Amino acid sequence: MSTQNMIVDYILQNFLFSDDRSLINPDDSFLAKGIIDSTGIMELIFFIEDQFGVKISDEEMIPENLDSVTRIVKFVARKKAG
Amino acid sequence: MCGIVGIFNHGAHGIPHSRDNIDAMLNEISHRGPDGKGHYIDGPIALGHARLSIIDLAGGAQPIHNEDKSVWVVFNGEIYNYIELRRALEARGHRFYTRSDTEVLVHLYEDLGNNFVAELVGQFAIALWDSKASKLLLVRDHAGIAPLFYTQIGGRFAFASEIKALLRVHGVDARLNAHGLDQLMTLWAPVSPNTVFENIYEVSPGHLLEIDMSGQVKAYAYWQWRYPAEGDYLAGSERQLAGELRELLIDATRLRLRSDVAVGAYLSGGLDSSVTAALIKKYSDVPLRTFSIGFEDAGLDETAYQQIMIKHLGAEHSHIRCSDADIAREFPSAIWHTESPLLRTAPVPMRMLSRLAREQGYKVVLTGEGADEALGGYDIFKENKIRQFWAKFPQSTRRASLLKRLYPYLDLNQGTGRAYLQAFFGIGLDNPQQPFFSHLPRWETTGKTKEFFSATFKERIKISATKALDGMMPNENSRWSAFNRGQFIEAKTLLSGYLLSSQGDRMLMASSVEGRFPFLDHRVIEFANRLPPRLKMKVLNEKYLLKAATQDLLPEAITARHKQPYRAPDAPAFFRGGTPGYVHELLSARSINEYGYFDAAKVKRLVDKVQRMSNPGYKDNMSFIAVLSTQIWHTLFVKKQQVV
Repeated sequence: MSTQNMIVDYILQNFLFSDDRSLINPDDSFLAKGIIDSTGIMELIFFIEDQFGVKISDEEMIPENLDSVTRIVKFVARKKAG
Repeated sequence: MCGIVGIFNHGAHGIPHSRDNIDAMLNEISHRGPDGKGHYIDGPIALGHARLSIIDLAGGAQPIHNEDKSVWVVFNGEIYNYIELRRALEARGHRFYTRSDTEVLVHLYEDLGNNFVAELVGQFAIALWDSKASKLLLVRDHAGIAPLFYTQIGGRFAFASEIKALLRVHGVDARLNAHGLDQLMTLWAPVSPNTVFENIYEVSPGHLLEIDMSGQVKAYAYWQWRYPAEGDYLAGSERQLAGELRELLIDATRLRLRSDVAVGAYLSGGLDSSVTAALIKKYSDVPLRTFSIGFEDAGLDETAYQQIMIKHLGAEHSHIRCSDADIAREFPSAIWHTESPLLRTAPVPMRMLSRLAREQGYKVVLTGEGADEALGGYDIFKENKIRQFWAKFPQSTRRASLLKRLYPYLDLNQGTGRAYLQAFFGIGLDNPQQPFFSHLPRWETTGKTKEFFSATFKERIKISATKALDGMMPNENSRWSAFNRGQFIEAKTLLSGYLLSSQGDRMLMASSVEGRFPFLDHRVIEFANRLPPRLKMKVLNEKYLLKAATQDLLPEAITARHKQPYRAPDAPAFFRGGTPGYVHELLSARSINEYGYFDAAKVKRLVDKVQRMSNPGYKDNMSFIAVLSTQIWHTLFVKKQQVV
């Protein structure tokens, strides 16, 4: 499964409690759409670290890296490449 | 406390009263009054009383009447200043035939009419019948300690201490009030006088209802949480005000020790119950007997602090430990008593604690409830303060970062956490003067639990939960400080609607134990409301003046400790030690679809998630408890089946 699909599935299952893929667009902002709340952000970080074998530093825990499916895909790719 | 019931046939077609009908209602609430039953039936009125005898054990049976038997009363609660009131009434020529506090009510009413309630210091739900005027009065205490519900059907007005008694009245059925549940899953409780039962209402705290033969219900607010205009606070030095607060608390505690049976105290290990216990020890000759609860989960357990206080006070103490299995086993019984869905399991341990007190022979306990609301203890007041400070300069990262002191899990990083803080706590930041500013983040988060509503159930909700609050806030609020506005909302929503009912009266009375709350003496509240907010919370030091007023009574370990909110194990408790059959049954797609409130597919994913995670986030926790408790509520009250 592609990184993007894995992230979409995770968001659907754990934050939207649905399998309706039309509920989320890869560029949707999690914050603007209220998909992720203050504890959800920690869950998301745990998921990315576990699933993709990357370590996210404090400085990297920013919306620019984590606030949409597309941003996470790019961030994970950068981390793996680096 | 006791239980009261009654029916007023104001219409021409009321069903004739019978003692059996009143007994059927009383039997539903026999836990509130296991020591005796009383009735009064005359013409259009029928009153019933289930007694928990505490004062005048031999002669205090109710209903009680005045000299010419034209005024009758049934009453649940305590009038703490009854000795002083009785003295004054006797001086005015009234003759008493009991020693009970109840009897002052009929004589006071004779003298003062509806204004009699202004004389009362206590906690009470009163039903008073004036046969000459053919008029029924229902009155509920200032803060909402004693419960009182009513409904109207076919020319009859029925009331009771608990809703389950009303469901025994012919023609009254249990149906879910969609707006009540929507409000509960946003604000933690239905907006008073709503309940989660359709067509069943509560008498709002601080209110008096008058019902005459026309059947019209007139409601009067005789007391309200009120605050001075900003800046117009009590004058006096910190030391003077601390001294006045202490004197009030001593008197409020002393009055609450009036009893013909033994009185104990709860001890949580926090500041408020420690103050109450220490005041009993220092200012009364009542032998101090305390009760506490601990948890297997070390993150929730306060036993170490309880031990410090017990050693300090030299109290005889009983302790009980609450396990995950206890929560899972006792949850349905708790819902039977709360008569309401919940967002937390926290009532369950309170039920275990009251049972422990009762088993040890105690019918009355004092607790520290109300101090956080009146004297500024909650994190939401700190959050309000920080968000007000932040709103003055919304671009500031440093100001927003203060929130991380309250919520350490937000501490993602120093430089760029602001975007997340803005998303989670920035709601309403552009208008910090709006009345409900303090509670917007909480309601936003709690409201996420409603994502699990089914599409058909959502259609039943026509008015948003927050819209229902319009009219609750008095116009004068614009002159109050932002801190006081937050206190007002907390007192009007969470305190009376949840803490004093689901975690308070209902869990106490389930074991036939009366709770008494010195911090909720209305004289203490009125004094606290006039204090400068800076003395309630000095910078971010909560209950500053209370600490200053009582620090010589307590070990430093208690006054200096970081405030720990009372919590019980939530969703994981239903899975860690084996899952009871009712959880599987009531969360199955079949049950969810049959009851119709929630979306079965979403609930399944939620259940899978909380089962998978050892420590689910608070939104998932609340959602799980809300769904499970609503399913239990429906089974118990609508289907009238047991949950085993």
